[in-house]
Amino acid sequence: MRPMKDPSGPTASCFLFPTGGPPERLGGGIRKQESGRASTPYSDPYLTGVALGLVLLSAYVLVGRGLGATGAFASAAATVADIVSHAQGRGNAYFAEHLTEGGLLGDWIVVEMLGVLLGGWASAALARRLRFAVERGPRVGVGERLAFAVTGGAVMGAGAVLARGCTSGQALTGGALLSVGSWVFVAGAFGAAYAAAYLLRRVWT
Amino acid sequence: MSGAVAPLADAGLLGARGSLAAALAIGVAFGWCLERSGLGSARKLVGQFYLTDLAVLKVMFSAIVTAMLGAFWLDLLGVLDLGRVYVPQTWLLPQLVGGAIFGAGLALAGLCPGTSCVAAATGRADGAAVVAGLFAGVLATGAALPSVRAFYESTARGTFTLPDVVRLPYGVVVLAVVVLALGAFAVAERLEAR
Repeated sequence: MRPMKDPSGPTASCFLFPTGGPPERLGGGIRKQESGRASTPYSDPYLTGVALGLVLLSAYVLVGRGLGATGAFASAAATVADIVSHAQGRGNAYFAEHLTEGGLLGDWIVVEMLGVLLGGWASAALARRLRFAVERGPRVGVGERLAFAVTGGAVMGAGAVLARGCTSGQALTGGALLSVGSWVFVAGAFGAAYAAAYLLRRVWT
Repeated sequence: MSGAVAPLADAGLLGARGSLAAALAIGVAFGWCLERSGLGSARKLVGQFYLTDLAVLKVMFSAIVTAMLGAFWLDLLGVLDLGRVYVPQTWLLPQLVGGAIFGAGLALAGLCPGTSCVAAATGRADGAAVVAGLFAGVLATGAALPSVRAFYESTARGTFTLPDVVRLPYGVVVLAVVVLALGAFAVAERLEAR
């Protein structure tokens, strides 16, 4: 496949991503496609927020715990560490606590995140929002954006390990249960994000 | 001992398989909500930090208020035993510093761990790159954690909630968070209308 140079060039279309359509810098709202089929606009944020809250509540009611995302990455990392070296996997307390007896597919949070992939894909497919794209600011190239994405992801991973969770496990789950640590996490995360976003304004605006 | 039937798994009403089935169903619904809200789009998400699109605040605060009120009332009605729902424990400094590091990464990545998975699943290569970076970051930090163990375990407060801090009844704090959310929504609408 040839490298994507310009996001306004033609996109690939395949079985998994059947919609194709004009690739664009996505931002939300209705986008007319070349074929004339419009992708559905995103739903009302308050309504989806309430729905998300009911999902979180059902997690409390069904299994007595909330949502998570970073935990699945921790389980995968622990599994890899254990495969590379038993001493690393079992001797490291952080990895040891993220190893599950039944393997990755017996791990609650890994199964939950597989569901997230499935649910996100199904929702986008039904709304005709599936497309190959690299979302980026107007002044940033594709390669640069992907490098920022990997770096930003790695930095987030480090922070989430120290904080013992992310926007899902701390902000949503602990926030709604009024945990002090979760609200401290939210303050630290959003404070730093605003400061960093100001410094990174060339990247996004 | 209350007569609450929930959490179901805790009450023995949901076996190991049932719990994993619930994980899948909850995950599907979670991913669905994130995609529907548009937060699987990095450009929409970062609008929060440039005050052009405050969907992040609206979605997150609506979700927190809904789950908080639901849990509070179900507990009051004796359906859910809130004491048996796992409350994420508090380590003040690691969570403040970890949060700040996380926030800096979030502004660069444009997606959080959950939304990066949705972005990747819907065809965004930048989402897949964030997923790869997250995995590397968690693996490296996990491996290096023994060397910062003292900091990681510092300022531990155990299960520590806002009502414990302000010494007010749980319901009063719940009401305060609702008022805070409504105020934030009003500010968000005004900012977007500019």
